[in-house]
Amino acid sequence: MDSRSDLRRRRVSPSQGLTVALAGNPNVGKSTVFNGLTGLHQHTGNWTGKTVVSAQGTYSYRGREYTVVDTPGAYSLRAASGEEEAARDYIVFGGADVTVVVCDASCLERNLNLLLQIMEVTPRVLVAVNLMDQAQSRGIEVDVPALSRALGVPAVAMSARRGRGFRELKDAVASYSTPPSPRLPRYSDALEAAIESVERALPRDLMGSVPSRWAALRLLEGDAEAVSAVNRRIGRELVLEPGVAGAISSARARLAASGVTALREEVIASIYRRAEAVAAECVRGGREYDLRQLRLDRALTRRAMGIPVMLLLLSLIFFITIKGADYPSGVLMRCSEWVGDELDSALTALGASDPIREALVLGIWRVLGWVISVMLPPMAIFFPLFTLLEDLGYLPRVAFDLDSGFRKAGACGKQCLTMAMGFGCNAAGVVGCRIIDSPRERLIAQLTNSLVPCNGRFPMLITLITLFFVGSGGPWGTAEAACVLTLLIALSVLVTLAASKFLSSTLLRGKPSALTLELPPFRPPNVPEVLTRSLLDRTLFVLGRAAAVAAPAGLIIYLAANVHLAGGTVLSHIVGALDPLGRALGMDGVILAAFILGLPANETVIPIMVMAYAASGTLAECDLASLRSILAANGWGIGRAVCVTLFALFHWPCATTVLTIRRETGSLKWTLAALVLPTAVGAALSFLAARIFEIFGI
Amino acid sequence: MEKTLLALPEGVRARVGALDIPGEGKRRLMDLGFTPGTPVECLFSAPSGDPRAYLVRGTVIALRDSESGAVKVTLGAGDGLPL
Repeated sequence: MDSRSDLRRRRVSPSQGLTVALAGNPNVGKSTVFNGLTGLHQHTGNWTGKTVVSAQGTYSYRGREYTVVDTPGAYSLRAASGEEEAARDYIVFGGADVTVVVCDASCLERNLNLLLQIMEVTPRVLVAVNLMDQAQSRGIEVDVPALSRALGVPAVAMSARRGRGFRELKDAVASYSTPPSPRLPRYSDALEAAIESVERALPRDLMGSVPSRWAALRLLEGDAEAVSAVNRRIGRELVLEPGVAGAISSARARLAASGVTALREEVIASIYRRAEAVAAECVRGGREYDLRQLRLDRALTRRAMGIPVMLLLLSLIFFITIKGADYPSGVLMRCSEWVGDELDSALTALGASDPIREALVLGIWRVLGWVISVMLPPMAIFFPLFTLLEDLGYLPRVAFDLDSGFRKAGACGKQCLTMAMGFGCNAAGVVGCRIIDSPRERLIAQLTNSLVPCNGRFPMLITLITLFFVGSGGPWGTAEAACVLTLLIALSVLVTLAASKFLSSTLLRGKPSALTLELPPFRPPNVPEVLTRSLLDRTLFVLGRAAAVAAPAGLIIYLAANVHLAGGTVLSHIVGALDPLGRALGMDGVILAAFILGLPANETVIPIMVMAYAASGTLAECDLASLRSILAANGWGIGRAVCVTLFALFHWPCATTVLTIRRETGSLKWTLAALVLPTAVGAALSFLAARIFEIFGI
Repeated sequence: MEKTLLALPEGVRARVGALDIPGEGKRRLMDLGFTPGTPVECLFSAPSGDPRAYLVRGTVIALRDSESGAVKVTLGAGDGLPL
């Protein structure tokens, strides 16, 4: 889904009530405002935290319906990335009834840059000065009525994280009327005259919903990107309209004669001068930076601290996840076995034939039960913890600390953020790559995203680690497991860097582009919001997808293991064919078949593996001890476990991710590359490991 | 006295001067608040020393040395002290 066309399609007919657009810089709490307004009445259950695909929601207030469209965070309408383009297109052409511009009270001046640009596009602007509480804690006082007077548009104060200001915002939207005299930024007399002459030359009948002053200024600047957005909108080439090209060139000539050459720079500087003047009228006191925050930041980025602290935090999250998931997993497993038994006797009582009963219970239900009991608890712990770190503002610090690695790999520092999103879900990480401006670096980030394990692979890794790499049980065992998992993550990050370096020195050659990364202040996380968002949007979404895949996969594997053909089961033929390749990689045919069948969702790999092993022997209980004995009976030792772990870390992305890469890159060639790259890495590493173990006779 | 943002020691305040960056990159920096005359200070650096984090207009923006080396700054009267 292309976010731009998606936003344009979402024009709402008047019968549905008023449309409110939410705009603002990144990190101003725009999503909190959106969630606070719409609650659970939202359309896109996409990866929140980073608004990449814009969300839409509704609320009703005093008997009226309102539709809220959340646009991606943008620093400016001079779009520098796909996200900003989507935001610009909706703000300029979306035709919202009111545009609410959410600003951060603690750095109002910078936020005014976007606000003033939006005022040039539409007079129907409402300012929501958010994070008032945080500004106050830094001694910054924002006089909101004075701000409203200085701008000539209504303004409300908010502390959205504390639920403050929503009533005022809804009231202001409900009673909104077009401000009589919004105070737009004024440019130098020469520039104002030039804008006016170009604006007069624009064909009035064509402009419709296109703001003509804004369009005239973009034409004068020669902002090709914005002009082509206007052309797409009106379905004509604006400069080919009679008189337009002439008006532009004579206006430019007059500007040059009066000494204005760097037009775009002058426009930006003028808007900032206006922003400074407005801020001077309504912002009092305060420090520009919180000293405690600064000390924390300096501590977290010190040479000896940055990376160790990061690894420690990661280990801690894994420890809590593994430890916390242990008990509920066991309970869920026993529940699923009990349900399976009940299902079995119910089907027997109904007189179902043996093959159907077994296909349902041993095929579909067993795999489904396994996926839910093994996946749900770690996900329900990991996702909220990860979202908490995200909400706290820690992830940009990680990107900052690791940037030199990505720079040396010829990649973008923001790739670190999309990589971090990949830990949750690789498909979400690939979509997140839209935040990277340079096409070359975006492609590198997309192709390498599945080199870090997603949440679908964590349960598999945790199971393998607990079975084979941890000596003792108890808390020490869990700590060991968490450390091993952290080491594996470190390995996947190193491989990501190496693969990025490889791509940027072969297929995607080029120089790393500029990095401009904002490090927002650390903020106390909004725990209820983190819980609802991470559980509803992430956990249930991912679990639902896995379950939808696990059920048919269970049936297929059961059929394959029980349908006999030419002297063996279908499964035995497949496994036999894959066995030589599997063995070369230190695994066997069953494991490779399970990885292939697990293409739709990685969560199903181990259950499929166990079913396939069990099909040729006795069916055991689904706990770790019996799992260990099944695997041991099928020739598993530490050597094979290492090879399987390496292959689990690095192999083809799941089907959803592949489809997402296809959609995002729009190229079959690059989609194939995204499949081949991690597979080649995994095959090479497990092949190598298998040879080393052979030499040492393990 | 004129030097670049890259040469500005941590904790010293200066003002943004000319930006020797071509095209879009320059406008991007200006959009983030690095317009001529704006007070700026380097707050801290990444473990490897590059990128560094700069305080500008109440926000913290990280820039790689390749960019900050192209941003001229001036130390004027009343500058030179931490913000």
